[in-house]
Amino acid sequence: MRFLVRKNGAGGIRRICLIMSGVLMACAPQVWADGPQTSPSIFSPSSTPADTILGLGWFVIAILSGIFVTVGSVLTWVLIRYRERQGDEDSEPPQIYGSTQVELAWTVIPILIVVVLFLTTARIIFAIQDAPKPQAALDVTVVGHQFWWEFRYPKLGIVTANELHVPVSTALDPQPTFLHLLSADVDHSFWVPQLAGKTDLIPNHPNETWIEPKQTGVFVGQCAQFCGIEHAKMLLRVYVDTPEEFDAWVQQQKQPGVQDTSVAAGRHIFETEACTNCHTIAGTAARGTFGPDLTHLASRVTLASGAAMNTPENLRAWIQNPDDFKPGVLMPAMQLNKEQIDELVAYLETLR
Amino acid sequence: MADQTLPIAGVDVTPRRRSTAQMLEWLHGWVVTVDHKRLGILYLVYGIFFLLVAGVEALAIRIQLAWPGMHFLSPETYNEFFTMHGTTMVFLVGMTIIFGFGNYLVPLMIGARDMAFPRLNAFSFWLTAFGGLLLYYSFIGGFGLYGMGAAPDTTWWAYAPLTEKAFSPGHAVDYWALSLIVMGFGTLGTAINVIATTLSMRCRGMTLLRMPLFVWLMLVTSGLTLVTITPLTAAQIMLTIDRYLGGHFFDTQAGGSAVIWAHFFWIFGHPEVYVLVLPAFAIANEIIPVFSRKAIFGYPAMVAASVGIAFVSLGVWAHHMFTIGMTSVGNTFFVLSTMLVGIPTGIKIFNWLATLWGGKIRFAPPMLFCLAFLFQFLLAGLTGIMLSVAPWNWQLHNSYFVIAHFHYVLVGAIVFNIFAGIYYWYPKVTGRMLSDTLGKWHFWLFLIGFHLTFDTMHFVGFLGMPRSIYTYEPDRGWNTLNFWISVGGMIQGIAVLIFACNLVHSYFKGREAGNDPWDAWTLEWAVPSPPPVYNFAADPVVHSRRPLWDLKHPDDPDWKYEA
Amino acid sequence: MSAIPLSPGMERWELPSRGRVAMLSLITGESAIFTIFVVAYIYYIGKSLTPPYPAQVLEIPFFNTVCLLSSSVTIWLAERQIERGKMRAFAAWWALTIVLGAIFIGGTAMEWHKLIYIDGLTIRTNLFGTTFYSLVGLHATHVVVGLIGLLTILLFTLTGHVRVEHSERIQVFALYWHFVDAVWVVVFTVVYIVGR
Repeated sequence: MRFLVRKNGAGGIRRICLIMSGVLMACAPQVWADGPQTSPSIFSPSSTPADTILGLGWFVIAILSGIFVTVGSVLTWVLIRYRERQGDEDSEPPQIYGSTQVELAWTVIPILIVVVLFLTTARIIFAIQDAPKPQAALDVTVVGHQFWWEFRYPKLGIVTANELHVPVSTALDPQPTFLHLLSADVDHSFWVPQLAGKTDLIPNHPNETWIEPKQTGVFVGQCAQFCGIEHAKMLLRVYVDTPEEFDAWVQQQKQPGVQDTSVAAGRHIFETEACTNCHTIAGTAARGTFGPDLTHLASRVTLASGAAMNTPENLRAWIQNPDDFKPGVLMPAMQLNKEQIDELVAYLETLR
Repeated sequence: MADQTLPIAGVDVTPRRRSTAQMLEWLHGWVVTVDHKRLGILYLVYGIFFLLVAGVEALAIRIQLAWPGMHFLSPETYNEFFTMHGTTMVFLVGMTIIFGFGNYLVPLMIGARDMAFPRLNAFSFWLTAFGGLLLYYSFIGGFGLYGMGAAPDTTWWAYAPLTEKAFSPGHAVDYWALSLIVMGFGTLGTAINVIATTLSMRCRGMTLLRMPLFVWLMLVTSGLTLVTITPLTAAQIMLTIDRYLGGHFFDTQAGGSAVIWAHFFWIFGHPEVYVLVLPAFAIANEIIPVFSRKAIFGYPAMVAASVGIAFVSLGVWAHHMFTIGMTSVGNTFFVLSTMLVGIPTGIKIFNWLATLWGGKIRFAPPMLFCLAFLFQFLLAGLTGIMLSVAPWNWQLHNSYFVIAHFHYVLVGAIVFNIFAGIYYWYPKVTGRMLSDTLGKWHFWLFLIGFHLTFDTMHFVGFLGMPRSIYTYEPDRGWNTLNFWISVGGMIQGIAVLIFACNLVHSYFKGREAGNDPWDAWTLEWAVPSPPPVYNFAADPVVHSRRPLWDLKHPDDPDWKYEA
Repeated sequence: MSAIPLSPGMERWELPSRGRVAMLSLITGESAIFTIFVVAYIYYIGKSLTPPYPAQVLEIPFFNTVCLLSSSVTIWLAERQIERGKMRAFAAWWALTIVLGAIFIGGTAMEWHKLIYIDGLTIRTNLFGTTFYSLVGLHATHVVVGLIGLLTILLFTLTGHVRVEHSERIQVFALYWHFVDAVWVVVFTVVYIVGR
């Protein structure tokens, strides 16, 4: 312990810091073991804007680390070199009030660093924010709601919710996706770290952003602007498909709701209970827009914008009492009895 | 005799056991006091009490987040707790402790007998105090949206239109707006008082450029406060007009703008953090020279840098809004202004470094906290520059990286300096030294806990974890990091408890301090500890920035060397 | 406390009056509040979704403005009188200031009556209504507070409690009244000229 605690505690600070960082780094494998596949780290970008941002980020980190190491080392050295020694407490050291040259130097150098950082940053701001929209770009309109995401593909005539499908963009066949961001109620923010920086969805203030995913897969994110009680459960899943997968998905989504006569009872319940006030199922009388479009509910992996996996058990529990998954969510418990829910779930499960 | 009940150094005149009448008279003395020293103590006691309360709120938050899917706090309660934690720490802890220090020390340091307007001083304190109590009444008063008490639950920055009546029908938002409006008037009164005192009541010989840097920074802070708190008051009045008179300031359905709330709030919110940090610099400016045994390096530059920071800080606010959808030109402007404010801030760090250089550094508890401040503020400033890079901000805004950055400033710089200031001036206020041993335990535990929590927090931000969430998904790699962050929080809690014990124990059993236990150089150390109610027996006359140095070194006084 | 001798030039130690400093600080803070309301007003010009619109219902309040701005002149004259100890003249100019201020408030009340009952414009009608009543109302509130202060001082003058040695304090209070008038110049320009 003598190593850590000196008589006057000086270098001890630095030593503790070094040991702490060592401990943290030792923990790092444990960290990554929690789920590397879906960890939405800004350090594993998979799309052009996120890549560009990370490149700038490394440059900035390099400069700032340099400053930290330099100034930190000088500070540490000063604390060790100029500590008061035993027996030397009676006299005061030479009093130095200032030095114009030194002060000028440490004003000019930071100004130069700021100029470099600023110019680099400005270039990237314009590169990302004012990027021209190519002809081949896919258009998606995102509407934020409390507490779910509405996705519309205006040129394809598709409306879906919570799970966004986009095609991968390759060198041969570049296809970025441009997102038009709106809000139906309060402020939200669209953040999928591996695909792009976040952009807010502000009512009465449309915003634009874009992604250009370079790899297929699932990328997760969530709402990043506090929007009310269930902000924490307004999750995002972006499925980057191959062009063939994407086309197949589009074709499926364009179909009206499946009309399976064996579950007609469930469909009847849907149409006569209050469900139609909030939900749409294409091809039926249900035209509500307050809640998510359910036409292809069974094709989605999760329910309630990621709050639960899309299984029949979860769906039944959700309809019985949405507050179990998302307390405070805006969908009320529908007060249906057991048979009604069974039939309803059977119907909804057919909506691929 | 009501003001003479604190023990005079060396002679304890308080009787051991008091009768009820004497207790009531003593209490009455504190309630009606207009003495700046007593008001300063009231502010500090109030601030430290709410530091503990908001600390408990933080610990509850950390228990809830220690592992995914915890049910320690319901979503409603969690949202109330983190909103109240932020609001309390900024207004009921930060502002009160700052003005508590200012109130106690500014008249003493300039050789005055009291503040310029003692009754306004008292009025401002009680406004602030009752405003804070109104805020906390919200936990029990009335029914909120979910019947849980109506504590504010829309984050401390309360973005519209979530705060409009349509989306927040209960009274939570009203408690937030009204209590802060009331407290704002109290703050305004104290700021006016500090400015008038500093400009109009300095003792003979104390020109502006001979004031202690602490006083300079309190002057700059108070000036900044005048144009910082008032925009918030205006915005909250507008919000209340919307909520109760049917106005449309932030009503997007009627063509109103949600973005303008953000602008108004951050026009307050950014300078506010400078209002909080400049007094922290003020404390460091007094402690670092004394414990290096050297005059502060570059006094005129320090003054210029402080004034510069205050002015530039008024032009950086939209760096909190890089993701809201400003134009690329708008974003670029705020990148530049934010980076520019880093320059005078850096200059201050270098000046402190140069003060330490060539000195004889003493590692007493006040200095330990100040030295940790130097390292931590350096890092906090650098992560601030990282965040000012707008594209990087598009990733990190509203993530735990931002929370790590601002806690590095608020705790790592400000709270550490507040502790330093308390260890430094407690002897002057009470006549007794705080325990050195407990002080060192407090320091090391708090340091370890602080770094465990807030260093780790940067990484969980990098991994994509946003803020303001009552729980998180278990498959995103955030679990272990959050656990250790929470452990660090507990360690900090223990350290602060040790500190509270130190405060109480040393009041009764601490070693007697005398006038000048640290061998310091500013006027407050010339009077007994605690000072008599009139401060100075004769009006002081000064010739330099360090009047006591001149007295102690008559052969080598400062006024021979000062520019 | 000290045995340090006075150095030359230190016999005159004059610092600014604390009342003046305090009032100027208060004015700075109040200016910030007004600035926010003015910015909101300007931002929302032309953005109302429904009528009535400013050009339709606003009439330029020439008479009110002349009265209010003249009251700055009369209060300045009052300040000069009390400096010389001429208490009767002071009281006269002071009272005239109050009358002019009261006319302004009365005129504003009449204007609002017309806007509410004849034009149907209230604070909840549209963005114009919200920002208009808030900004003009905030200013009017400050005028009313000023009038209360002016009246109180007038009462103290008439009962003989105000004397020549109080002229400094009177000037500090007058600063507030001048500020209120200056704000009206801004509000008038923004609401009745730019915004129409």
